[in-house]
Amino acid sequence: MIKFKKFTALLSAFALSVLPVFAFAGCSKEDETITLRVSNWEEYIDLGGWSDDELIDIENPYGEDGAGIFGKNSMVDDFTEWFNSTHDFNVKVEYSTFGTNEDLYNRLSLGDVYDLVCPSDYMLMKLIAEGACEEYSEQFLNEGEYAENVSPYIDGVFESYDWNKYAACYMWGTTGIVYNPDKVDDIADVSSWNILLNEKYKRMVTIKDNVRDAYFATLGVINSEKLREGTLSAEQRSALLNDVEGTTIAAAEDVLKRIKDNVYSFETDAGKLDMVTGKVIANYQWSGDSVFIMDEAESDESNPTELWYSVPDECTNLWFDGWVMLKKGIEGSERKRTAAEAFVNFLSRPDNAVRNMYYIGYTSAIAGETVLDYINWNYGAEEDVQDVYAYDVSYFFGGEAAVEADASGFGFDGEDRTSVNRGRQLFAQYPSENVIERSVVMLDFGDKLGEINQMWINVRCLDVKDISPVTVGIVAAVVVVIAVAVCLYVFRYRIFVYRPKKGYKRVN
Amino acid sequence: MRKLRFHRSQLCIPYALFLILFVIAPLIVIVYYAFTNGEGKFTFKNFTDFFTSTNTLGTLLDSFALAIVTTLVCLIIAYPTAYILARSNFKKKYVLLLLFILPMWINFTLRITALKEVLSLIEGNIAKYQFLNSVIGMTYDFLPFMILPLYTSLLKLDKSLLEAASDLGANKLTVFLRVTLPLSVPGIISGMTMVLLPSMTNYVVLDMLHNSTFIMGSLIGSYFSAYDWNNGSLIALVLLVIIFIVTLVTNRFSDKDSSDRRAVI
Repeated sequence: MIKFKKFTALLSAFALSVLPVFAFAGCSKEDETITLRVSNWEEYIDLGGWSDDELIDIENPYGEDGAGIFGKNSMVDDFTEWFNSTHDFNVKVEYSTFGTNEDLYNRLSLGDVYDLVCPSDYMLMKLIAEGACEEYSEQFLNEGEYAENVSPYIDGVFESYDWNKYAACYMWGTTGIVYNPDKVDDIADVSSWNILLNEKYKRMVTIKDNVRDAYFATLGVINSEKLREGTLSAEQRSALLNDVEGTTIAAAEDVLKRIKDNVYSFETDAGKLDMVTGKVIANYQWSGDSVFIMDEAESDESNPTELWYSVPDECTNLWFDGWVMLKKGIEGSERKRTAAEAFVNFLSRPDNAVRNMYYIGYTSAIAGETVLDYINWNYGAEEDVQDVYAYDVSYFFGGEAAVEADASGFGFDGEDRTSVNRGRQLFAQYPSENVIERSVVMLDFGDKLGEINQMWINVRCLDVKDISPVTVGIVAAVVVVIAVAVCLYVFRYRIFVYRPKKGYKRVN
Repeated sequence: MRKLRFHRSQLCIPYALFLILFVIAPLIVIVYYAFTNGEGKFTFKNFTDFFTSTNTLGTLLDSFALAIVTTLVCLIIAYPTAYILARSNFKKKYVLLLLFILPMWINFTLRITALKEVLSLIEGNIAKYQFLNSVIGMTYDFLPFMILPLYTSLLKLDKSLLEAASDLGANKLTVFLRVTLPLSVPGIISGMTMVLLPSMTNYVVLDMLHNSTFIMGSLIGSYFSAYDWNNGSLIALVLLVIIFIVTLVTNRFSDKDSSDRRAVI
């Protein structure tokens, strides 16, 4: 019986340690803690620990007077502290990260449970279509920091796709080309997706190593002329760049194979460093990472370089990352929903949006005075700058919002300076209105996903049919020589018989 | 209440548990996925698809080519090194050995990143020599796995055999070819298996050195990231069978070798 006793002792010890969380929940505030499981992209939130000189010295309506905005602790810790001091129950955030949307989706389908996740646009669509998402409450949609501060532009896009009931935008941006102006002969080269096929820059340009971004750029190459004419309506453009017909996929496969033979590499993360160190002259990049690259390159002590970001004339992929609550995690619990919505609202508080933006380099979906102040503080022209350009960001911030910035940070098409298609950090973070006009949201591939993935695999694999006869000949010769050598070695006693000299007799 | 008795066989319980949890169970899952389709119905389609697609076969060939060249380069570098290390009377030879093992203690990502910089310095644009760079990267990564088994098998070598061969009139080359080399075959074989098989799948090296062509490992990864567990599992299974065959063949070789050794003695 000793064994049994031991077992019960163990069991009760275990129960004692776990039960308070479940069984006695709701008795009083002290012994109740809700666990909020959040999963976000890697390096996609302020982790705090800023050095003193990083203080963002602007007016902060949420902090003390003159304190500015500063990331002392991590955003998650700040949220927990704020929540626990303002609500009648406690929350504990279990924060984890994922590397790709597919990675997140695989984890979800393998049974990992999260309450709040932050996938990109197409993955949001997929999750919403599968009925995995919990609707935000009326209260969240009508009041609170997110509803009050989200940019009208972002809100409009989310509404047009019917996402806003399920998703709250976190960060957004475009895709384009980061380039080194000193190494590019003609600015027209970097103003087109055709740079990926340009022989002049053979093995000097990198492309993203994921099928969606590669497919988008390829469609841009295929439809280059049609898109450049600029006569297409927004619907036509969207249809053209979301085309997943079999013939289009086949055409894309051919073009992508040619791209593969022309580019430096398909990169997942290495492209940033390769661009900063000058191994490549141009890099197909997301706008947020472009800001990071430009910052790094100009602050590189040994070899400071001024890099630029260009949005191709054909089109750009307008992308969003948004917070969605998952039904499997929330499980109808009102408190979890409150905590999850509070988390999103906390991140949407303008001072926190600024902290995240400063820390990760991406553009928050939050507009409002504080964010605009930050943009001016960060990118506004110094006093001694002669040529100041009023960069129009009114589509995002509303009203007549503009940033008085140094004109040398923009690439203008035409004398009247209305059309900006290239620029530095400010342009990458907040694209100009003419860029927004040619932006397209890339939708989920739906049931064509398998076909497109197969196309991608075909592009990346070595096709037996593509192996040249010379290679086959050389390899065959080497194999034959090795085989003969091995045979000679293995059967050496049978082939090279040591015959005894005449007069000797072999004795067995 | 029976007294708890300790048996020696109980020592293997932890390993048996490990084996069941992390080897046998995943293997069953792999086999299940490899022969089912997305809806969980039994099918041979994944199998026939793999062996009829020119792309997957090309990838298989490419991986083989890369792995074989890597193994040969490793062998050519490692054999003389191990030979010198094992035969030298140098007192500090453990320090020398350490020099070859030392890279293994440094994180592999760091090593390949450093290698990338060095290659960029030498070659200029490393994207132009993708296959060569992959071989260099793999060799850098797996060389210690070749040196160590060779070193131990050469160290074990009985010196009196070499003396006997010299006494009987063999010159240095003959001693090497007829005595040393045959006796080190087990080392060569185990070194080759340790390098050949991982270098067929280690796609991180290729990724980091900008080789955009898939090998078997990256193919599995790309199927998995597209939620296609079935095709990915099938390829894993194919690799498993290849490994099994290679092991069988090499075992045969080392058996043959032991009889050869008797012949030499």
